Amino acid sequence: MNDGWPDSGQIIRVLALQDYNTRVVLLGTTLLGIAGGFVGVFLLLRRRSLTADVVSHATFPGIALAFLICEALAPGSGKSTPALLSGAFATGILGLICTTLIQRYTRVKEDAAQALVLSVFFGAGVCLFTVIQSIPAGNSAGLGQFIYGKAASMIAADVRLIAWGSLAVAVIFLLLFKELTLISFDEEFAAAQGWPVVLLDLLLLGMVTSVTVIGLQSVGMLLVVALMVIPATAARCWTHNLRSMALISAAIGGWSAILGVLLSALLPRLAAGAVIVLAGTGMFIVSILIGTRSGILARAIHRFRRDRAIARDHLLRAMFEAIEPRCQPSADLGEQLPLHAVRFAELQANRSWSPARLRKLVRRAQRLGLVVEFGDAGIKLTERGADAACRVVRNHRLWEIYLIEFADRSPSRVDRDADDIEHFLGPEIAGRLEKLLTERSSPAFMPPSPHVIPTATVPGAGP
Amino acid sequence: MIREFLQVLETWSSLDTWIVVTSVVASMSCAIPGVFLLVRRQSMLGDTLSHTALPGIALAFLTAIWLRDRGWLDDATYVNSRHLILVTGAMLIGVLASFLTETVQKLGQVEANAALGVVFTSLFAVGLLMVRRFADRIDLDPDCVLYGTIETTVVDTIAGTPIPRAAVINGAVLLLNLLLTVVFFKELRLSAFDAAFATTMGIPPTVMHYTLTAVTAATLVAAFESVGSILVIAMMVGPVATARLLTDGLRSMVVWSLLVAAVAAIVGHVAAITLPGILFRRLGFATVTDASTAGMTAVACGVLFFAAALFGPRYGVMCRLVRRTRLAIQVAGEDILGLLYRGEEARAAKEMEPPFGRVGRLRRFAILWLRWKGEVSRVERTWRLTSVGRHHAELLVRSHRLWETYMAKHFELPDDHLHETAERVEHFIDQDLRVRIAAELAAPSRDPHGREIPTELSKPTTPSAG
Repeated sequence: MNDGWPDSGQIIRVLALQDYNTRVVLLGTTLLGIAGGFVGVFLLLRRRSLTADVVSHATFPGIALAFLICEALAPGSGKSTPALLSGAFATGILGLICTTLIQRYTRVKEDAAQALVLSVFFGAGVCLFTVIQSIPAGNSAGLGQFIYGKAASMIAADVRLIAWGSLAVAVIFLLLFKELTLISFDEEFAAAQGWPVVLLDLLLLGMVTSVTVIGLQSVGMLLVVALMVIPATAARCWTHNLRSMALISAAIGGWSAILGVLLSALLPRLAAGAVIVLAGTGMFIVSILIGTRSGILARAIHRFRRDRAIARDHLLRAMFEAIEPRCQPSADLGEQLPLHAVRFAELQANRSWSPARLRKLVRRAQRLGLVVEFGDAGIKLTERGADAACRVVRNHRLWEIYLIEFADRSPSRVDRDADDIEHFLGPEIAGRLEKLLTERSSPAFMPPSPHVIPTATVPGAGP
Repeated sequence: MIREFLQVLETWSSLDTWIVVTSVVASMSCAIPGVFLLVRRQSMLGDTLSHTALPGIALAFLTAIWLRDRGWLDDATYVNSRHLILVTGAMLIGVLASFLTETVQKLGQVEANAALGVVFTSLFAVGLLMVRRFADRIDLDPDCVLYGTIETTVVDTIAGTPIPRAAVINGAVLLLNLLLTVVFFKELRLSAFDAAFATTMGIPPTVMHYTLTAVTAATLVAAFESVGSILVIAMMVGPVATARLLTDGLRSMVVWSLLVAAVAAIVGHVAAITLPGILFRRLGFATVTDASTAGMTAVACGVLFFAAALFGPRYGVMCRLVRRTRLAIQVAGEDILGLLYRGEEARAAKEMEPPFGRVGRLRRFAILWLRWKGEVSRVERTWRLTSVGRHHAELLVRSHRLWETYMAKHFELPDDHLHETAERVEHFIDQDLRVRIAAELAAPSRDPHGREIPTELSKPTTPSAG
């Protein structure tokens, strides 16, 4: 049996690229992966990812037609790859044109137009395919390889075609990067600037069709869309920047091609196309987990940090509000705050903190030097803590007043709204709010709360 | 050619009848979920589900084989419940695919289409690997799943009857879909068109979404065997998109879709056994006699859609073209009437007549139209208004000048800007509106340019010396 795990000798042979065939296939497929990664970025940005799916299915009748035409003109010449791929390209483009025409001239929307074109073209392909099977030369046609892909059995000539095609797409992509970016983000602006928007759009679609057609042999009609969609979607998890997104996408596309080809060379019963796609899927899953822009981990860390900062602000504000009634209104608040202690029971009465959570909050604030313990069940603000508390409360109250003055919110409602925003008001906005509201810009200014602060009714609270 | 066509049809056998019956039933059962996918703009979900069904089917088979090997499922049950296994597997994986798509969309912050693309290609790749890996154990040929082999499935009949098993299964699915649609029509419609309102009415959109997904997946898989996984998309989308071009209401769309689906299936099979032979024999391929029925049915769906797009009575491209041309001729004709009327006015006041301008193709048609209605006549090598034409022209000019007066009163436009808008609007002002404008303006007798506004006469006056 040849479908067991490969032995060490086999692994070394494959990884060292000792087989000429592996080397050739690897080169071609990697270039294809890179080109697919590039083109996919703009498909994703233009919200046209499934266009590639339409194109790939629409190539089917083209292949069959090209075969039939070749056979009719010169019997026996039907297997010429360039001819078959030209046919594929032609009907691929035709499918795209049909989709566009249906969307423009009927009231059928994009999704239905795509599904319709895809399936009708494929149906036409199936018809022609059955016709081919019933002519004598058809049995040796081997057109089935275009459906599932047969990377392993590609010959050098096929690979050369793939390599040059991919290279051409990649070069056009790099040359027209700026123009394609422009039409992806602001088509109207591009048109107003005098760029040939329709032409560029067609060029993009032509590139998509090219990648699809040259991907037919290695990945197959049904999966070639993955070469464009998966790397781009994965790259989206890493960055906001288009330039780096294109590079990451190309890298993911290239690497999944390499992984796929090597794996399928090691395990002969695995179809290379499917393995290439799954390698891409693997990288996609990794990206979605640890991607730096919108990966799950990155977002979890961000959320954790934010929640911690919010909880800290809440503790400081609760302390401030507990101390405020005991201070002299005439003197500077910032200097008075550190003089008074607050008991845990007071804080708990104001907020729905469990004792354990409160202790945790206090410990963290202590580490940051914002509060110090005082007595057995109380804490005091440090100077730094007092500053921070003043800042938070000021933000809170400025926002409350702003809402009351300018958004007609009732004073009893503003507390919650300000709760959400107080943590995110930078000094600049706070300053502007202050100017707007009071025309006093002293940083020490502390507006009184516009509503009644529920005070803790804990006996024995005091300094 | 027609003789050839009839010759082939003479060989029509009961097998052909059963192929058509199976195909019609399968197409109709696919069209029903297709309607709701289309109005929800999720047609590509059908594509996704038909791809993801492969791993679903493979997994279900492997599970069933595992159960049989352990002795928990005896051989007879295994063989008999084949379709149930297929349908269950595809439904589960369909719901999973739908869920994964939403997750990817949310986590990756990409649009739905990209998420669909990622999920269905990945799942399909998994399915392909599984089928290849366990090819010797799973009774499943990816090619069959892809193309469908209705020609051979009809041979598998229910014992003792000539009825194909596939026809019965698809018929059952069709009945179930019809029943579900009738019972839950209100809910389906509401959640398709106003999900927020549906939620407030106690119809959670997620439940509707996943139910629709599951039903679609089940329908697709039941039809797979006969028509293949890509072509079911044609049957799901083609008739529905065609119906969309022919009608408006959701209820009538369901009915029309069923009708178109049936027609497409019949035409598909007839074309499949006749056309390829006729066509390809002429191109020198003598051995070609027929083509895949499923493929031809998909093509028939496309052809019917194309026909509806061109010749549909309300939304067809041709009909819209005709309507637009008719309007253009009417407008051009009415402009000529106005011009002639102003010429008469100018002659009466001994002023210079307005120039008639170039007579293009449109104006020639317009003049033909006016002559046919008897509104203009040829007098001394120029065109003159008849009394009927003059009456029509008076009304037009009245509309025109009333509108100018109205615009002058209510909008701060300089006098030389009034003509343009009135020239456009005059064709669409009817008597009712004229009466209301006149009342609003206290029945003015002159327009802002100082010209007389013709009075509203209900009948053409007797011919005067124009």
